[in-house]
Amino acid sequence: MTIDKQTVNRIAFLSHLKIDENKIEEAQDEFNKILNWVEKLSEVNTDNVEPLSSVNENSLVCREDIVIEKNQADKILANAPVKEYGYFVVPKVVE
Amino acid sequence: MIIQGKTNKWEIVCGLEIHCQIISKSKIFSTASTKFGADANQNVSFVDAGMPGMLPTLNQYCVYQAVKTGLGLCAKINKYSEFSRKNYFYADMPTGYQITQFQYPIVGEGVVTIDLEDGTTKEIRIERMHIEQDAAKSIHDIDPHKSFIDLNRAGVGLMEIVTKPDFRSPEEAGAFLRKLRSILRYLETCDGNMDEGSLRCDINVSVRPYGTKELRTRCEMKNVNSVKFVMQAIENEAKRHVEVYESGGTVEQETRQFDAVSGQTKAMRKKEFAHDYRYFPEPDLPPLIISDEYIKQIADELPELPDAKKNRFVNELGLTKYDAAVICENKEVAYFFEKAATGHDAKKVANWLMGDFFAMLKRKNLTIEQSPITAENLGRLVDLIEQNIISGKIAKDVFEIMSETGENPEKIVEEKGLKQVTDSSTIEAIVDQVIAANMDKVEAYKNGKTGLFGWFVGQVLKESKGKANPQIVNKFIQEKLG
Repeated sequence: MTIDKQTVNRIAFLSHLKIDENKIEEAQDEFNKILNWVEKLSEVNTDNVEPLSSVNENSLVCREDIVIEKNQADKILANAPVKEYGYFVVPKVVE
Repeated sequence: MIIQGKTNKWEIVCGLEIHCQIISKSKIFSTASTKFGADANQNVSFVDAGMPGMLPTLNQYCVYQAVKTGLGLCAKINKYSEFSRKNYFYADMPTGYQITQFQYPIVGEGVVTIDLEDGTTKEIRIERMHIEQDAAKSIHDIDPHKSFIDLNRAGVGLMEIVTKPDFRSPEEAGAFLRKLRSILRYLETCDGNMDEGSLRCDINVSVRPYGTKELRTRCEMKNVNSVKFVMQAIENEAKRHVEVYESGGTVEQETRQFDAVSGQTKAMRKKEFAHDYRYFPEPDLPPLIISDEYIKQIADELPELPDAKKNRFVNELGLTKYDAAVICENKEVAYFFEKAATGHDAKKVANWLMGDFFAMLKRKNLTIEQSPITAENLGRLVDLIEQNIISGKIAKDVFEIMSETGENPEKIVEEKGLKQVTDSSTIEAIVDQVIAANMDKVEAYKNGKTGLFGWFVGQVLKESKGKANPQIVNKFIQEKLG
């Protein structure tokens, strides 16, 4: 599998990253290097092997249903670039 | 429901996706409160705000609630399930992804039986149910150029229930939502308040020529927030499809907005890369594995659900199907009824409950928990009528007093001297008196104005202040007027 320029642009768009035109080729190259490296795994025969999504199966530890954080607004908004009336303020995002 | 177009008959094919906020004290992956209506951004942890280095920890009670709900939907519980990341960039999701379940949901196929207006039932198949986190709330109407973000809702646990495309009419979808809400409230896993957004409905609609089995392109309408609007949206969207097809056009797969004012749907701006969520297994959470014992323990704790209760009221207490369905839709009403009916005439209790009692609550704008009349006292009132201690008419007056004072009906009847008069000589005396005072009417009656009979009965009852036993009154008047 190889990544073309169009795919680089699309991934950048989806991630809301701006990649300069002259850096696209470099990014494309990086993507392909990673993919080629991971491609190595396809040499292993995985017939009859169940897909594994975590190496930590059976280790999910749940917590009790208790509330710890309260009155968090000041802390949560401390680094907000723009805030008003206790809200984060962002450019209009309605569709 | 068949839609009659200009040239063809069409059938609606509709499926629903329902987001239900899980009742829990804290959020699904953080220890912030889920409480509705707090000041903006107070109930937010650093996990919810997507701060660097924060890790989700799964709330065990949300898992319990999900399994309980799955069992309530008669669904298969998956002992192995996984969390996935659904990636999208929007101001209501600080992390840039939603933790949800994708390939391996916690609940598999199930079924919900709905009751239709013609008295029949229909089974609606559930495709799956998974658990996930809710997004933040955006407010767009404060400023023309800015959106305001409140993260309080971000991270509240959700159950997303997906049905098969089994709905053939708006009515079926409405009946399903009401039944689902009723089940969730019995289970106490979601409060089901659509107006507060704790139950939200996405609708998928397509149409096909009546009699065919094909599935055509569907359109989706998100976050429709009342049962009435859901029904309206389905009907109007289906009619739009019919018009498009009959005028030779094609329906495009898109998300449409339902406008509650006009009742119509309109196209939203199409997203350039719609539905490219790039799901992958959530690296911060291992798979969720639950045991048979755990599932069995929850199954053993399940309350009696509305359908089972309804059937029991019909079979054991002799209620009509309709009465039983109305009483069982709301858990609090069903519990109140059971308490009131125990040891009394259940059918009569049901009549009072659904008639004067509901009317009284509505008039006073009270919930059933706030009722001044207790379940026990309603049962006692029915007994007083059954035992001929008071007439049905006097019972209405006693009921009025009960609704003001909350007093025991026996005490009211005793203190106000409302006991029914069944003593023949007392009643006969009143009848004689009424006849003697109205000889002209007696004459008219004898000359054929038989409609006056009821007038005489009324006069006697009035004279006795409503306490005379109406059967005995009837008997005497009949005798005396000949």
